[in-house]
Amino acid sequence: MARIESVADYPLAENRPDLVKTARGKALQELTLDAVMAGEVTLEDLRITPQALLDQARIAALAGRPTLGRNFERAAELIAVPQDYLLKVYELLRPGRAKTKADLLEAAKTLRETYSATKMAAFVEEAAEVYEKRGLFTFRF
Amino acid sequence: MSEPSHQSANRWRRFSDWDERPLRLDRFAVEDPANGFAAFNGAKDPKPGLVIADGKVAAMDGIAAAEFDMIDTYIARHHLDIALAETAMAIPSTQIARMLVDIAVPRAELARLAHGLTPAKLAEVVAQLSSIELAFAFSKMRTRKTPGNQGHVTNAKDDPLQLAADAAIAVAFGFDEVETTMRVARNAWSNALACAVGAAVGRWGTLFQCSSEEAEELQIGMAGFTSYAETVSVYGTEKAFTDGDDTPWSKAFLAAAYASRGIKMRCTSGAASELLMGFHESKSLLYLEARCLCLQRAMGVQGTQNGGIDGAPLASTMPGGVRELLAENLIAVWLDLECATGNDARHSESEIRVGAKILPYLIAGSDFICSGMGSILAYDNSFNPSSFNGEEMEDFLVLQRDYEADGGLTSVGETRALELRRRATDALGAVLEELGLGQPSEAMKRSVIVASGSNETESYLPRDVSFISEEIKARGINVLDVIKALTKRGYKEEAQNLLNVVRLRVSGDYLQTAAVVRQGHVISAVNDPNDYGGPGSGYRLNEQRRSELAAIRDVLTREEVLRTEATYAGPEARRIRYHALGDARATGPKTEIVIGVSPAFGLKLFRTLAGHPLSAVLKALSDGIAEKGGIPRIVRMRHTADTSFLGLSAARLAGSGVGIGLQAKGTAVIHQADRLPHHNLELFSNAPITTLDHYRRMGANAATYAASEMPEPVVVTNDGEAMGARFHAQVALIYAIETSLTEDGAKPEDIKIDFLETA
Repeated sequence: MARIESVADYPLAENRPDLVKTARGKALQELTLDAVMAGEVTLEDLRITPQALLDQARIAALAGRPTLGRNFERAAELIAVPQDYLLKVYELLRPGRAKTKADLLEAAKTLRETYSATKMAAFVEEAAEVYEKRGLFTFRF
Repeated sequence: MSEPSHQSANRWRRFSDWDERPLRLDRFAVEDPANGFAAFNGAKDPKPGLVIADGKVAAMDGIAAAEFDMIDTYIARHHLDIALAETAMAIPSTQIARMLVDIAVPRAELARLAHGLTPAKLAEVVAQLSSIELAFAFSKMRTRKTPGNQGHVTNAKDDPLQLAADAAIAVAFGFDEVETTMRVARNAWSNALACAVGAAVGRWGTLFQCSSEEAEELQIGMAGFTSYAETVSVYGTEKAFTDGDDTPWSKAFLAAAYASRGIKMRCTSGAASELLMGFHESKSLLYLEARCLCLQRAMGVQGTQNGGIDGAPLASTMPGGVRELLAENLIAVWLDLECATGNDARHSESEIRVGAKILPYLIAGSDFICSGMGSILAYDNSFNPSSFNGEEMEDFLVLQRDYEADGGLTSVGETRALELRRRATDALGAVLEELGLGQPSEAMKRSVIVASGSNETESYLPRDVSFISEEIKARGINVLDVIKALTKRGYKEEAQNLLNVVRLRVSGDYLQTAAVVRQGHVISAVNDPNDYGGPGSGYRLNEQRRSELAAIRDVLTREEVLRTEATYAGPEARRIRYHALGDARATGPKTEIVIGVSPAFGLKLFRTLAGHPLSAVLKALSDGIAEKGGIPRIVRMRHTADTSFLGLSAARLAGSGVGIGLQAKGTAVIHQADRLPHHNLELFSNAPITTLDHYRRMGANAATYAASEMPEPVVVTNDGEAMGARFHAQVALIYAIETSLTEDGAKPEDIKIDFLETA
């Protein structure tokens, strides 16, 4: 049985709190002001988890928004990617930053092998192919 | 050589009047499709078309797959649903256009159909709708049922105290989202912290954005200060896109990056950005925007802000430009995107054009009517002035009340506003102190609390703010530090409110399409879908919301008008005394002018609408009559309160056959016994601008008519004031007092008056 059966499960925080856990395994109701003051809640507890994004992806698809769902699936893969590397890949995807197709393919490889971000890796590879065709691997001042 | 138009003798001077109107500061452009100046029909707009071969797009809108630019490629691969595209594209555009305005065709069916339509097809369909059809279709197709609004909170000094106070006010007015930006880029962290604290005052749930450089914006979001972003711009031509230093893939990557950090995100597009950037390809505003919107759906973002945005002023220079903005908003919601419908960058200097532009959105409802109404004064808006700014806030509130249309905002009373500003500045001051970021003085805070805008504050300056901002960044201060500081200093409610907003990102519910927080619950297109299907369906005001919209400031009540009148009674009693002498005499001397006063005159009502005491009006009329050798007699009419009949009845009683009718509110008429009721000699209907000198001259003219001479009529000139708007509510309430005292067949009564004080 799927975790999410229908859009009636949405909003998850209200209708399926059992499905919502922080990255450190805390339940939503544990994220109280007292717990914050006691130092029991960290920034890590206030981040979205891959599971939550996959659940939201499912809801988006059930609501008739497949492309939004696919974005959430890609996003789920990016959670594990550290901020610096995330911004590095973004920078590489901008026009003229990658000097050759290989630069992008290298990034895709890292995403796939280091962070298990297979969908995002395929996405970057698609970009590499299109950029080559459209001549984006040129030097820009 | 051309002669200066203003001095030209041979000119109808109305043109000079028109030259001075604010409208003439707007510059308009001729339609020039080859050069990109076309709202709907671009010189090189393609015809809709789709060829599918082997389950892949072989050609789209007249372009073969091999010739696709990046945008075409992205749309063909990620937007088009191949399984239904051929069927969808085969439906004639006219038929789809009719479906959009047909209440029997459900929204969901049209939204699904759009998955199979190309940009040129979408543009061709909506181009067939008139402005009213576009607005109606928008109302039917918009994603979330409950309308909302977004406000800008910025100031010209980046002053954090003022940001906190103004954020609290924006929240109180009901904005679902609040957006800030800076005058100085490095002040981003301070702005973010200040607005986050301010937005936690009063209630929780307002989403907050700090518009800055992409990487920094993401970092500020990760520190927990912000909850949404909308700076991810896309463009409709490849050259504009790469000139904007991005590609569809880099932007889509960013979209996923924001979602991965639990931050709500929408893209920005809108008419004329390509034209502004110089890469329009001779295509129309609408077609290029249709490409942007297909691209956004393809990227998988939940929503867009479009409808011109920064390009709105340029779009509005073209014929049909404003209609085009509506059309592109419609494509956005048809593609099932949340739509923040522009109405931000002010498109005109003409208040009439601004008011006209907002109306369709207000009555249709929108996910966010403005993607940035200025909640602050225009000069404090660091995004540039919006269509509506702090100055025009009450105009917007009244428009909501006029049309019983929910624009997302609610009036805030003076006492509440002051309390919120006090609380927000104190809370921020406490946070700055607790985190060792600053020690704002009471004088600084006090200046901010009462200030309408930053010109009036004695607070932080941009340079001071830079030190605060850089320290927040350098020390890695995050939202938990702020929550702790608030709690330690006794701002527990604000701490809890702030925690509630940050906690939203754990479940990610607010990442779904068109999500906002109302009364502590996330509502979006998923659990609050627009279900419009004709009258009685879709969003309707409930009684509570209707009374909120009605509750604007300073409304008249009958009690208040009576109370005000009662305060004039005492002073009048010291100036004049009325003695009732019984039934009025039938006639008098040949020089007699009768002044017929209304039933409540001097008994319940004591001042004219111009504010003259009734004693002074009677004195002026009597003096004028005497000046020309007439003898005044005062008669109170009790059978009528109507000016014409007061005058005619007075004339019939007068020995001269000339009478003056006078209502307590100051409306007066000169009448003659043998005339038809509404065919008077002179009428003074504009009581609010009738002076005592006018009344004196009226008396003199009455006596002149009595001597069978023809005076120069007294003309009360006006400056075109909307008298009805200013006075008619009061007039109706006052006049009801007069008519309540009338009695059919009651006889006129002679009145003797004594003036107790001389002027």
